Amino acid sequence: MNDSRFATRSELIGILVLAVFLVVILPLCLDVFRLNLVAKYLTYAFVALGLVICWGYGGILSLGQGVFFGLGGYCMAMFLKLEASSVENTKIQSTPGIPDFMDWNQITALPFFWKPFHSLTFTIAAVILVPGIFALIIGAAMFKRRVGGTYFAIITQAVAAILTILIVGQQGYTGGINGMTDLRTLKGWDIRPDHAKVVLYFFEVGLLFGCIFIAQFVRHSKLGRILVAMRDQEDRVRFSGYSVANFKIFAFCIAAIFAAIGGAMFALNVGFMSPSFVGIVPSIEMVIYTAVGGRLSILGAVYGTILVNFAKTSLSESFPELWLFGLGGLFIAVVLAFPNGLAGIWGDYVQPRVSKLIGTRKAKPGWTDNSVADGAPAE
Amino acid sequence: MFGDYSIGDLGSIFVMQGFAGLILFSVYVLMALGLAIIFGQMGVINMAHGEFMILGAYVTWMTSNFFQSYLPGLFSGYFFLAMILAFLASGALGMLVEWVLIRHLYKRPLDTLLATWGLSLMLQQAYRSIFGAREVGVELPQWMLGSLHVTDSIEVPINGVFVMGLTVLITIGVAYIMFRSRWGRQVRAVVQNRIMAGAVGINTAKVDRYTFALGCGIAGVAGSAFTMIGSTGPTSGQLYIVDTFLVVVFGGAASLLGTIASAFSISQTQSTLEFFMSGSMAKVLTLLAVVGILMLRPQGLFALKVRK
Repeated sequence: MNDSRFATRSELIGILVLAVFLVVILPLCLDVFRLNLVAKYLTYAFVALGLVICWGYGGILSLGQGVFFGLGGYCMAMFLKLEASSVENTKIQSTPGIPDFMDWNQITALPFFWKPFHSLTFTIAAVILVPGIFALIIGAAMFKRRVGGTYFAIITQAVAAILTILIVGQQGYTGGINGMTDLRTLKGWDIRPDHAKVVLYFFEVGLLFGCIFIAQFVRHSKLGRILVAMRDQEDRVRFSGYSVANFKIFAFCIAAIFAAIGGAMFALNVGFMSPSFVGIVPSIEMVIYTAVGGRLSILGAVYGTILVNFAKTSLSESFPELWLFGLGGLFIAVVLAFPNGLAGIWGDYVQPRVSKLIGTRKAKPGWTDNSVADGAPAE
Repeated sequence: MFGDYSIGDLGSIFVMQGFAGLILFSVYVLMALGLAIIFGQMGVINMAHGEFMILGAYVTWMTSNFFQSYLPGLFSGYFFLAMILAFLASGALGMLVEWVLIRHLYKRPLDTLLATWGLSLMLQQAYRSIFGAREVGVELPQWMLGSLHVTDSIEVPINGVFVMGLTVLITIGVAYIMFRSRWGRQVRAVVQNRIMAGAVGINTAKVDRYTFALGCGIAGVAGSAFTMIGSTGPTSGQLYIVDTFLVVVFGGAASLLGTIASAFSISQTQSTLEFFMSGSMAKVLTLLAVVGILMLRPQGLFALKVRK
């Protein structure tokens, strides 16, 4: 229990290794196209990171993280889209100065909720606040009434379905099924050429480490311990006088904000945003990344995301048929055999041997790794 | 929005939309009955439920092809055999899945969700590899085509009536099995207190396996019935899964009556709204209402009164 405020020694080493991997090794080994792919994968790592806190530690499985990813992404995309549809860029339209899809849908004036997105400051605030407040409302409505476990999962899933249908249906305001495409510049700085991709990659890695630090802080603070205690014995925590609902809401909001940051970075890195990243399937895939990496491991979530996505890209390029079998099988195997994912394999099997080899006997780091998921996220 | 229609028109609209709603209602009930057994009674979140339905649909499609090529004389009755085959196929697959996968996860309900999602991905790919990526439609026998004219402005399609009748029969059957038969009593005993049920000599593992298989089998029959109103593709199952879960949860998970009531209210709301606005907005409003009510009343419409 002798945790520092922030990280144990082995965790610090882990973070350093990840930093070297992301900042030095990958940029040196990969060309810009592949690096941009990694940047795309890392946007999901933000979501996975949030899920570690909310699901791994808090025991709240949200199947609607795509909603927050999408909200963040759409906020950023709206800003970029407005910048890309300046009057001279869109002079062939019947009403210049509005995004092209509005023009196609016979909308002649910018809707009121688009107008503030002319400002970058507002956009950045919106990327964090819109999903945050949305999560607060859902969380408050659910957790105050003690809805949890499977019911929460199903309701968040329904929210994801609602938002997708809404975005697809309101084509004139959202770009419909195609989403917002053809995003070009950020404050006049072109985001499409190679050097911009590299800059954005490093910026994103920086943000990711910021989020890792926040996650580490949450985990090692008293708050993190209450979260775990709540996951394992909710009633005892409640009877000890803690407001269980508020802690759950907090965890859910943090997860939502992380996901939204990922979504905003996605819009910047990939250059478009569409409802296919909002719905149920992507939301569950994000849970898969977390589960494969390890639902109790902050760094494991990052590795899991990169690994699954890398496998997805390379396998679906060469064996499109095998990919779904592979993903499904991997997932079943992880759930059945390694409930703590890759990080669990590392922590339970590999690390003890490594420590033995080096000859240092270390205590197991912290309290969380002992609580194998058998008793974990129950109803 | 009512201004453009006369009273008589409005009456017909509500009857027609109400009838469309009744077909949707039958569809929801068929989908949800299997899930109400698996999720409501056993607590297992089966995300592959849609794929079990699709299996039933493909079995029906194969049966109809078989009858068309080899027994054209009996084609008008193929459907009854197809449904039995669909039940058996989905039930058998369900039994296998329970044995391989689900029985290890009874203590971790959220993990059943993840594992069955993996299963659903594999099944989808399997369908795509075996039956091809295209949607397939079943040819209906002659007597199922056409519609009944009730009045000048109201007509109802016969296949819709058939699906509704089927739904009533299956619902009565399920209710009988769950509440009147010896086996249903065992199921409910296992659900309420597994250890005690085991102690009085019920083979709980066997009851679990057959309950799961029954739920999957009903899903197969549902899929078989769907072939009469729409076409089927490898990924059709995913379209239904959220609706189905909402129906079950909205009704109060452990209550069959609640499932029926919630299927009725959801389907009627949606089909009435659909007439006045686009289908997607009707769906959004319906789902929003359901989610909103669930937030006010988390246990669903018909909750069992239990101490928690």
